[in-house]
Amino acid sequence: MTTTQTRPARKPLPPRPLFDDDSSGIKSGRITRVQHVGIVVGSAVAAALLLTAFSVLGPFALFVTTALVYLLGVYGVARAVEGRRHATDRVVTGLVTTFFLIALAPLVSVVWTVVSRGLARFDVEFFTWSMRGVLGEGGGAYHAIMGTLIITGITTLLSVPIGIFAAIYLVEYGGRGRLARALTFFVDVMTGIPSIVAGLFAVALFTLFLGPGIRMGIIGSVALMVLMIPVVVRSTEEMLRLVPNELREASYALGVPKWLTISKVVLPTAAAGIATGVTLAIARVIGETAPLLVTVGTTTGLNINPFEGRMQTLPVFAYYSYATPGIPREAFIERMWASVLTLILIVMTLNIVARLISKFFAPKTGR
Amino acid sequence: MSTTAQTPAQTSSKPVRRPGDRIFAGLSTASGILILTTLVGVAGFLLWQAWPAITADPSEVRGGQGLLYYIGPLVYGTLVAAVIALLIAFPLSIGIALFISHYAPRRLAQALGYIVDLLAAVPSVVFGLWGVSVIGPMMLGIQAWSVDNLAFLPFIGGPASPKSMLVTGTVLAIMILPIMTAVNREVFLQTPRLHEEASLALGATRWEMIQQAVIPFGRSGVISGAMLGLGRALGETMAVAIILSISARYTPIITSPANPGTIAADIALQFPEAPTGPPLATLVASGLVLFCVTLIVNMTARWIVSRRAEFSGAN
Repeated sequence: MTTTQTRPARKPLPPRPLFDDDSSGIKSGRITRVQHVGIVVGSAVAAALLLTAFSVLGPFALFVTTALVYLLGVYGVARAVEGRRHATDRVVTGLVTTFFLIALAPLVSVVWTVVSRGLARFDVEFFTWSMRGVLGEGGGAYHAIMGTLIITGITTLLSVPIGIFAAIYLVEYGGRGRLARALTFFVDVMTGIPSIVAGLFAVALFTLFLGPGIRMGIIGSVALMVLMIPVVVRSTEEMLRLVPNELREASYALGVPKWLTISKVVLPTAAAGIATGVTLAIARVIGETAPLLVTVGTTTGLNINPFEGRMQTLPVFAYYSYATPGIPREAFIERMWASVLTLILIVMTLNIVARLISKFFAPKTGR
Repeated sequence: MSTTAQTPAQTSSKPVRRPGDRIFAGLSTASGILILTTLVGVAGFLLWQAWPAITADPSEVRGGQGLLYYIGPLVYGTLVAAVIALLIAFPLSIGIALFISHYAPRRLAQALGYIVDLLAAVPSVVFGLWGVSVIGPMMLGIQAWSVDNLAFLPFIGGPASPKSMLVTGTVLAIMILPIMTAVNREVFLQTPRLHEEASLALGATRWEMIQQAVIPFGRSGVISGAMLGLGRALGETMAVAIILSISARYTPIITSPANPGTIAADIALQFPEAPTGPPLATLVASGLVLFCVTLIVNMTARWIVSRRAEFSGAN
């Protein structure tokens, strides 16, 4: 590109056509919106006929076939009416839209599967009973819910201050120093640490103090901290950088010390954003299974002491109900889906709460 | 930005240091250092715990034939699953990101992005249980068809299974889709508006504009997004542990029930019952390998991102 710009102007290049055919949308015909809808409906009908001919069933198969028929059809029609370039453009538009709808399919399917199968045991007994002494039907996940809340609670209490202070360091103290740059880089890298590795780290750390083979709630919390802190740091840093510098300078001009400026001006201004970030971080770690599997273990009874003995957690409860079911198997699978439904509800609620916080408590920008 | 915030303190001849200031600065610096120490600590503690397996006699290690014999197939299985996931998720994530950034109506775009992000909120154990009860049976038909008709391909072979490597890779692809889409979306949105408008003004269709302005601008971002996705796929544990049927060492076939395991899934499946000593240390050693691989992948991805723009997948 730059070479063509620096060529001497007296010897102009022969104009190279930017697009390799000459069909412009102005001269040639266009497919109208109504015709386009017709092509979509026609493809759906054709796809349905095709599938019945081959006796394949299922909404996903229908959708994919419809998309394929549509892409071929719209290319043919547009090629004839609008020219090759616009036909390609329509195919890509169709393809991109199809991809997006394909991405929605898993989300819809997950929610549908979990809700439809989880409701069978989503009852009072499920939330009030543990599995102690329960062999077949009945029983519940009270112990697992309590375990999840306790372990996630401890993780949050420990991670949030560390994460926020680290973010304060990055934004207010670090400047562009070497430590700040290293921290920014490695916090990003840490968001990608496999959760099972975090679990192994926590086990190894506690082996140093307590010897091998120990399972405790607090070990799980430490594992989850490794996963949660980077997320808190990133989101908080983002929010602190959004706080206008004029606010800090106004505060300094009034003679307020730096630490009071941070705690009375900067943090309150960013509070809504930080709360959103923290809520999303909780949602991310509350469903973690692998690190809890190796650090906290599993148990059938209620244990609310994170400093002694194994605890049950919702994701681990779901996993073991599937992996090592008893008799009758149905009862275990039903409890599994109920606990997955509970987990999904918690995660989705946290996500919605996070969005609501950022929507309603965001500071007024005055514009 | 933050340098201007410090100017008042720097310009005054002798800044007043209050105890509160010192405590606050100390606390923040300590938090920063603690995080960096943790990362070093992860590597250090894993190495310490894995050491018995590295130094032990090959017969004492899990599998009884040495560390490489045990970890080799797991590394292979991890790579196969991650590569399948990446091959599926890569085109999808670009398409979805383009849809959100350049095709969807402006007013809807943010909400659509949020819906894709919701996919990232679903816990991995849920994806695993969903995959084994919905995706596996759903893909059985097409796999059986492939075994019947495409058996000449080296990676297809029977009997078709709902717990095959292909099913696992597909579920992993769904799981890494949100992070890849988020990165791609962000870099596509950063395309200079003038480049796009210049292209459109010359009569380009939307797709030609994307080819000329958006893709060249976003290429490095797309690559780093793919690497972040790869890192996630390599380390994903529960979905693989639940779905994949493990009973082989090295095999190119991805449609049968005989598959090599992956490192993360193997740890999750074996660790709770592993006897202490070299067998347990073997698992930690494989975890160390996984940590190093994902660290390198993630660092490369972050390095590419940090070179080009102020963006990270965590925001």
